[in-house]
Amino acid sequence: MLVLEKNAMTEEIELLVDKYGKGRSSLLPILQDIQRKHKYIPDFAQQEVARLLDIHPVEVFSVVSFYSFLNTQPKGRNIVRLCQTITCDMAGKTAVARALERELGIKFGETTKDNKFTLEFVNCLGMCDQGPAVLINERVYPKVTPEKAVQILNEVK
Amino acid sequence: MEKDIRKGAVLFSEYNRGEGIKKAIANSREDILFEIRESKLKGRGGAGFPTATKWMMVAAANSEEKYIICNADEGEPGTFKDRVLLLEYPQLVFDGMVIAGYVIGAKKGIIYLRGEYEYMKKSLEDYLEAMKKDNLLGKDILGKKGLNFEIEIRMGSGAYVCGEETALIESLEGNRGEARNRPPFPVTTGYLGKPTTVNNVETLASIPHIVNKGGEWFKKHGTDKSTGSKLFSVSGDCEKPGVYELLWGTKISELLDLVGAKNTKAVQVGGASGNCLPKSQFERTLAYEDAATGGSIMIFNESRNMLHVLKNFMEFFVEESCGQCTPCRIGNVKLLEGVKMIEKKDFTFAYINQLKDLGRTMQVASKCGLGQSSPNSFISILENFKEEIFNGNGGHNGK
Repeated sequence: MLVLEKNAMTEEIELLVDKYGKGRSSLLPILQDIQRKHKYIPDFAQQEVARLLDIHPVEVFSVVSFYSFLNTQPKGRNIVRLCQTITCDMAGKTAVARALERELGIKFGETTKDNKFTLEFVNCLGMCDQGPAVLINERVYPKVTPEKAVQILNEVK
Repeated sequence: MEKDIRKGAVLFSEYNRGEGIKKAIANSREDILFEIRESKLKGRGGAGFPTATKWMMVAAANSEEKYIICNADEGEPGTFKDRVLLLEYPQLVFDGMVIAGYVIGAKKGIIYLRGEYEYMKKSLEDYLEAMKKDNLLGKDILGKKGLNFEIEIRMGSGAYVCGEETALIESLEGNRGEARNRPPFPVTTGYLGKPTTVNNVETLASIPHIVNKGGEWFKKHGTDKSTGSKLFSVSGDCEKPGVYELLWGTKISELLDLVGAKNTKAVQVGGASGNCLPKSQFERTLAYEDAATGGSIMIFNESRNMLHVLKNFMEFFVEESCGQCTPCRIGNVKLLEGVKMIEKKDFTFAYINQLKDLGRTMQVASKCGLGQSSPNSFISILENFKEEIFNGNGGHNGK
């Protein structure tokens, strides 16, 4: 990370600490905001959050590593999450997964070279009556077919 | 998003925003608690703890600060009733929280919304704003001096275990979502160490109706031990999946007819952590005292491979076990290995029986409810569908 980037990150986290407060219970909302903006939580950001909340960096890392929606490694600008739970599975999850992989040229768990998309499986999205379901960033898409999946990707691009 | 809702006589009966709050604050706290106790309302998340008992303990606790937490972290596979309640009936949920605040003497409510539902955060925030404008939230609610209550929305980040109440509290406090030892229970030592009641979205949504129409009215519905109605999230092999409000005591076969399920082989009652019932048990009733469920009903027809279903469930638990206690962390990995052995037809019955024993050990030795219920589907599917899975022939599948 460049010094300029570090300074910007520190400033950003200071603002978040102002917004949510210095207590330990602010930790998750702060991390969620960093995740939303950067799609991952860099080591430096974790250290800064720890410093500003006055807790050990290991505490921050332990929280980041626990939650599946918080990442320590960079991800694509759009995180595509396909529900893998049984009813979506029965409704044709695998065909959608293959279509997404073919279209983006990557496997699940990987990020495209242009950093636009990351493909991930996710557990139950609560859309079991309208599966297969896909969550892209914060938006949910019900009843996805292989054809519709590709169409959605194009919209997001 | 489509709306597949079948309305019943209790939860989805007519209700206008603020009605319940108005009625509640015109009565004393004790009267409201009495009505709720009369209704015999039990927690709708699945555990079925009497709501009035929980609230009485928090109401009786001697503390300036108390919290009411709405558990909207529905992560159980096959459950989506909270999604429908929060999107279509926020007035029930939030009015329920305000009434809870009045009854137990809490000034703050927190709704813990699962990360996957972030798309509804904005509409819920707008709704809370509108409530504030109408003086249903904030200071001196509806002109009642000293009745202050606010609701904050907090997001989860994709951890199934945070649906367990103490793990949820840990998560709110900025920690890993790992369950606490109980006792002390949240009713005495909850969020930030203060007395806290954690209630399911559906439980809170029942409250305004009970306040409005009385415990007697509520009790008239359902069975003796399971009063009122329940929202069932129906998915899988049927013509009309969606959320169904049915009275407790409905037979599984009745529900199957209603949703247009044909050639049904199995019904998973209670999600991945529930039990898988074969045809011979379809005459059982959905109730706390019989086939208990938090609302998840997944239907499998004759074409489904039950071993594949079980594998999907076990993969879920291996991923979602928080890793804090050994029975759940290691146990689920071992059970999944067992499923894969059966799949490859490379197993002995002696070992499978050992794994079932391991499952029963996990049911008693895991620290939290989620760990304790994680082997349910393993045990029930291997018991109820053994013909199909093992097919005789000396431990190897003859097919």
